[in-house]
Amino acid sequence: MDRELLLGDEAIAQAAIDAGLSGVYAYPGTPSTEITEYIQARTDDKATHNRWCTNEKTAMEAALGMSFAGKRALVCMKHVGMNVAADCFVNAGVTGVHGGLVVVAADDPSMHSSQNEQDSRFYGDFSLIPMLEPSNQQEAYDMAYGAFKLSETTGEPVLMRIVTRLAHSRAGVARQSAQPQKPLSFGEDPKQFILLPGIARRRYRALLDKQPTFVRLSEESPYNQYIDGTNKTRGIVACGIAFNYLMESYPDGCEYPVLKIGQYPLPVKQLKQLTDSCDEILVLEDGQPFVERLIKGYLGQGIRVRGRLDGTLPTDGELNPDKVARVVGKENPAYFAASPLVEMRPPALCEGCGHRDVYTVLTEILKQEYPTHKVFSDIGCYTLGANAPFHAIHSCVDMGASITMAKGAADAGLYPAVAVIGDSTFTHSGMTGLLDCVNADADVTIIISDNETTAMTGGQDSAGTGRIEAICAGIGVAPEHIRTIVPLRKNYDAMREIIREELAYHGVSVIIPRRECIQTLKRKKKNV
Amino acid sequence: MKTDIILAGVGGQGILSIATVIGQAALRKGFYMKQAEVHGMSQRGGDVQSNLRISDRPIASDLIPTGKCDLILSLEPMEALRYLPYLNENGWLITNETTFVNIDNYPEADEVYAAIKTIQHHVLLNADALAKEAGSVRAANIVLLGATIPFLGIDDATMQAAVRDIFARKGEEIVTLNLRALAAGKAISEQRI
Repeated sequence: MDRELLLGDEAIAQAAIDAGLSGVYAYPGTPSTEITEYIQARTDDKATHNRWCTNEKTAMEAALGMSFAGKRALVCMKHVGMNVAADCFVNAGVTGVHGGLVVVAADDPSMHSSQNEQDSRFYGDFSLIPMLEPSNQQEAYDMAYGAFKLSETTGEPVLMRIVTRLAHSRAGVARQSAQPQKPLSFGEDPKQFILLPGIARRRYRALLDKQPTFVRLSEESPYNQYIDGTNKTRGIVACGIAFNYLMESYPDGCEYPVLKIGQYPLPVKQLKQLTDSCDEILVLEDGQPFVERLIKGYLGQGIRVRGRLDGTLPTDGELNPDKVARVVGKENPAYFAASPLVEMRPPALCEGCGHRDVYTVLTEILKQEYPTHKVFSDIGCYTLGANAPFHAIHSCVDMGASITMAKGAADAGLYPAVAVIGDSTFTHSGMTGLLDCVNADADVTIIISDNETTAMTGGQDSAGTGRIEAICAGIGVAPEHIRTIVPLRKNYDAMREIIREELAYHGVSVIIPRRECIQTLKRKKKNV
Repeated sequence: MKTDIILAGVGGQGILSIATVIGQAALRKGFYMKQAEVHGMSQRGGDVQSNLRISDRPIASDLIPTGKCDLILSLEPMEALRYLPYLNENGWLITNETTFVNIDNYPEADEVYAAIKTIQHHVLLNADALAKEAGSVRAANIVLLGATIPFLGIDDATMQAAVRDIFARKGEEIVTLNLRALAAGKAISEQRI
């Protein structure tokens, strides 16, 4: 059997390599990280750019630059990364592309490792570009392989939307023939990428004019399939991975007509065929009710549409085979009850992790000496400081928000306002907030807990390793208020002293406890 | 042929290494396979599971529906109980008896064992002790893997070949040790049938 067992993420990565990829641009984020890691393991950075970027915005922009120069580029991120990349992403729809540009957004419904359930298809929709949504690993490969060409023929970036269960599930994948990279070249219109209002208006008009073509491409796409059924009391629209959950209940074929969706904008022809021949429509889609809202319309006056909006399916949480089975009247019975003995086992900071030492000393001082304190934290392993035994933090919102929220609260009169952020998150989106603090001479104490890696996602390179103090000094933090320490039990007294001094200082101070992540250290020792 | 397996444990225990061996064996047999894993935050000492589906027909869902799982294989006894609603009427529950206590409210071990024993088709074994007898406590996962062989739908010889494949680069001694561990687990399950 000439199939390889690949994660959905890996299938996309392999497809991009086989399609003549010249560069992948990404910041780590579950469940998208393995795409870039796979490419890193199989290509040489000199031949195919594969280094991690500082954040999703820099990634998106560099990829657009590579496309500008005629080569094929891939951008990968988790769904919330789309918010960071959005400025460039949306405008890239207006500039269009030259070399094929594929953006992969890995959504995380049920928030296995995330802060929200936003559905990236909304981004593709208002950016007015074609979108792909695979139902399985083979489709993920085939779609990604063809997406570069689709991008080049339409002249637009292509958004590929996947979900956790596809990204992190393995299945056999057959590959297509490998293509060479594209040569350096430039587009015919020298003003294509200059979004001055006069040019932007022309480009935007052209993008609007392409919409009927995108619908036609969707109607002709092999990924949008009308599968007839005998029972017309209901027609089912099944998007992406939801199709698999439906077919799990119908191993020998579905009784209802099914429109399997894998390419957007929605194919009008097949959709009309479904609504014309069926009494009502059931929409199955993982994530938010994107297709359901489009078909139903705001007033819901046409054909009856069932899905998440009318309560047929829950409005939150990922889809699964059980939820879908229930809706089609094929509920799966449980034979054994859940045991009352089973307790929650939440994730925790590793034994021996430097963040533990930071929180131990910090919370001891804050709780005893500053009962009015608040600690603003950020996205990373150290967010687990929210749990027992530390209960150390009061916020975790988005990448970099620790510093700026601490500033805002300090502006409002809170003292002491403390931020706890990791090194990789600091370079991702914390540096600009630090500049705001310096410019306002804000009364904040910022702890950059530096483990010299992007730990939560598995230990990827961190953009500022070895340069955190220099970055802070460059931004303008007074050198005497940039304090470093090794977070170890034997240094607790020194840590206490530094933390006390900087909490007492009314201005911007940065404390940098630095000790390598014990997981990356373990891996390094193993590989020696 | 269809075997749906839930692999359970605590982040860091190495459930994915078991999945790798079964995957290798399934590929050798030319079976279809889907294996959903958990990455990211929960790998830090939280509960983790992997849904592994093997079939001679194409597989639709990456996730196993309620009541359809043929085999729960757990590296930790309380974790084995977490997935009971997924087990089918005739499914087997195979679990290590060594507890992994990293929470304050971990239940009494004896109560956990008693709950496991209420499932008629169960194999409760001390994989760590058996692995030690086979040569190294690090082979505990392979002991548990061996215990699945009578229920897996993949023959013993293929499983042995997969273990050989996976450990080949570590040398013949490690291969032999792991084959001993595999056989020890298999023997325990055969006594239970």
